[in-house]
Amino acid sequence: MLFELRDVSLDRGGRRVLDSISVAIPSGPTAIVGPSGAGKSTLLRLLNRLADPDVGTVSYRGRALAACDPLALRCEVSLVPQLPALLEGTVGSNVAYAAQLAGKELDIERCLRLAGLPADFAERDVSQLSVGEQQRAMLARALAQQPEVLLLDEPTSALDHAARDAVEATLAELRRELEISVVLVSHDLEQARRLGEWVVRMKEGGVTEAGPLSEVLA
Amino acid sequence: MSTSIHVSAGQVAATLALVALAAAVSFWRKADLERDIGIATIRSFVQLTAIGYVIKLIFEADTLWLVFALLTVMVLFGALTARGRAKKVPGAFWPLLIALAAAGTTTLGLVVALGVFEATPRYLVPVGGMVIGNAMTASAVALNRLGDEMADSRNRIEATLALGATGQEAALPIVRRALRSGMITLVDSTKTTGLIFFPGTMVGMLLAGANPTDAVRLQLILLYTLLGSVAIAGLVATTLAYRNFFTPAQQLRE
Repeated sequence: MLFELRDVSLDRGGRRVLDSISVAIPSGPTAIVGPSGAGKSTLLRLLNRLADPDVGTVSYRGRALAACDPLALRCEVSLVPQLPALLEGTVGSNVAYAAQLAGKELDIERCLRLAGLPADFAERDVSQLSVGEQQRAMLARALAQQPEVLLLDEPTSALDHAARDAVEATLAELRRELEISVVLVSHDLEQARRLGEWVVRMKEGGVTEAGPLSEVLA
Repeated sequence: MSTSIHVSAGQVAATLALVALAAAVSFWRKADLERDIGIATIRSFVQLTAIGYVIKLIFEADTLWLVFALLTVMVLFGALTARGRAKKVPGAFWPLLIALAAAGTTTLGLVVALGVFEATPRYLVPVGGMVIGNAMTASAVALNRLGDEMADSRNRIEATLALGATGQEAALPIVRRALRSGMITLVDSTKTTGLIFFPGTMVGMLLAGANPTDAVRLQLILLYTLLGSVAIAGLVATTLAYRNFFTPAQQLRE
């Protein structure tokens, strides 16, 4: 299993956000679905230690995450947050910074192409990008780290239909070309059908169902 | 540089006419500051009169232990006061206390070591008070900015942490801007001193009948000393305080 959560609970601001979750996530494309407030994004943040559970354990490829160096883990398990949050500067400088943090060789053009952006975007100032372009630049930045797992938090929630379709096509292409595992959070069941092979359904901080797409979203 | 001037209580009372003018302006324009002006006037009178007697006592005792005790109390109250301006920074008191103590000891230690001032109460008390006061203002402004920016930039900071950056790397641009905002007021006023305004020490010495050259030289010494003190205070306060936003696992605290 890629990730395994056992009896995981987490409180935030006096509220139980995750409640005794036990679930396994295999390699390949997984979609975590559920309504707003179900705890999907919080669960995603546990997978690269942007947060730790109050109770229970999370393991990655059999290793307890609590024992992993969070900085090395985050380069291997890259998270792209829901809201674009690029650093000041150009798209190229953002991509280069991510590669430098991961100690990987920089190929800006390839990262931009994989994220569906033309090469001349490297010189674009991030303040001049549309939300869709920022989302793709965030993806390019994550890809610069050559991660083994991509965690995507509602990657198309701020986009119109055309931009959403383009990002989904990019993700499908990415899967084919790089064969990396993707864990995608979405409130859109149709998107989960299009992008996931394994599905985790959540509701009110708990997992209600998990399994192959054909069984969970039949 | 020794000068003396006698100021009567009547002269002080006469300037209350200008306080009344300030209150009248506030009342007329509905600025709602009359009560604050009243409190400020009474507090300044009580506090300065009290500290005047304390300083007189310290000068007469002529012992450095009392100077040390007074400056320690100033550092403590300075840190408590500055904490009120840094409410968004978790655990701001200790970084502020260390920052003010570091600014005070380093700056006073250097000016004494360089032979600028003698290590006597007459010099250490007033210079120490100015150093700690300016350090308090600078570190309060810096941490106020740090707290605001950390709150406004949570998404960006967490996105940077998600790439494997440390808290220090993720917060670096914010820490830099916070330090700058803490220092910029004094840097700007140092730039314009003599052109747009006359600083207090110089005005005081001129009023007391000192030679203008001496007044200017002393003022320059103090300005340069204060620049050093606000830099140390801002640096120490921001460097220690930003860490409180992160856990040892390089996560943003909730």
